[in-house]
Amino acid sequence: MMTRTITAMAVALMATGTFAQAQDLVINGEIPITTRAPAPDFVPAFSEVISGWEFRSPETQQLETDDFENPGMLFVEAAREAFSEPLKEGGQSCADCHESPEALAGARAVYPKWDEEHGEVQTIEMQINECITERAGAEPWGYVSTEMDNMSALMSAVSRGMPVNVATDGPAHETWKQGEEMYYTRYGQLELSCANCHEDNYGNMIRADHLSQGQINGFPAYRLKNAKLNSVHDRFKGCIRDTRAQTFKPGSPEFVALELYVASRGNGLSVEGPSVRN
Amino acid sequence: MRNHIRLAAGIAALCGTAAFASEPPAPSDVVYTDTGAVEASLTGQPGDAASGAAIAGDKSVGNCVACHMISDLADVPFQGEVGPPLDGAGSRWSEAELRGIVANAKKTFPETMMPSFYKNEGYIRPGDAYTGDAPSGPLEPILTAQQVEDVVAYLMTLKE
Repeated sequence: MMTRTITAMAVALMATGTFAQAQDLVINGEIPITTRAPAPDFVPAFSEVISGWEFRSPETQQLETDDFENPGMLFVEAAREAFSEPLKEGGQSCADCHESPEALAGARAVYPKWDEEHGEVQTIEMQINECITERAGAEPWGYVSTEMDNMSALMSAVSRGMPVNVATDGPAHETWKQGEEMYYTRYGQLELSCANCHEDNYGNMIRADHLSQGQINGFPAYRLKNAKLNSVHDRFKGCIRDTRAQTFKPGSPEFVALELYVASRGNGLSVEGPSVRN
Repeated sequence: MRNHIRLAAGIAALCGTAAFASEPPAPSDVVYTDTGAVEASLTGQPGDAASGAAIAGDKSVGNCVACHMISDLADVPFQGEVGPPLDGAGSRWSEAELRGIVANAKKTFPETMMPSFYKNEGYIRPGDAYTGDAPSGPLEPILTAQQVEDVVAYLMTLKE
């Protein structure tokens, strides 16, 4: 009887949008992932920041606990092969400068970050293209492209479990402020900001979607919905489009700023990509 | 763009005269009370509650259920929880208040997340519906004047 009451209460809680308290996420039985962390001071609305993993169904959550079940890892493996292939005919490969993908562990956790030489904040995709064009003298990859999304997933995979730690001060601060302003701007004919859904309403259902905090520590994300890797900027593009707005382009200065700001809201969560989401 | 605005202003002015007296007011000409209600029907025609129910439940039209639970539309799956349930809305609010909330809820609740369904300007980076592209011409309100009236008529049937 008691059990039945508790079950009923749990169902009622779920129905009102309270998400299930998840068990801990450990990948391959050996990489513990921090899915809840104290919120940074500049996010007064939250006491905790929470990975999108906690908002997904137990079945979807399960897929991320084992690399043999995580479809995103197929793309990581493809990038591992590409890592040692010449970037142009007879040219250098990533492996000519970087001993192994694992030698780049930790990089993902601090991007986007200020690039002194170029005088701008760079995302990891921009850094990858800088390597390809300036070091290897090859043609850049598309900002959102199979090669780029795969390599971005590899960079995440080798940093999994490390805390996101992007800098919001110093020379990056101006860009960070731009991102913060965008986060609270109500775009489009629906006049919706990122904050309307992901700060004020996380945990609630909006039609069939269970709203998360919009954290990006799990990107690129393998979505069951479209069965591919989804980059951060591709997701931003879709979100702003869905406010009936003229959206921004992946790789645009606006999305770089927004990525820095949103990433900083998840400082303390683990790098988790490639995550599995619905 | 400026020509469009002038043309729209011209049309709006004509609408104010007897020549097009039956045309609905432009969104910017709708008169709201201090508390955000709209006393006059936008069309002068009674709303159709059955049509309003369809608009409220249809993802491509009003999609009210994206954010609001409506028990009366139990056959529409995946009702949201962002806004308050609309059960009993017709008892809690007057028709004029509901018309104001549907047309532009920000006149009633200044900080609300709810989109304004009878509004067509004053946006930041409005797009061409859900394409993500810039609009190719003047924006239409999300719902027509008659659709607003239909939704209001439907909400008025949701009694405690």
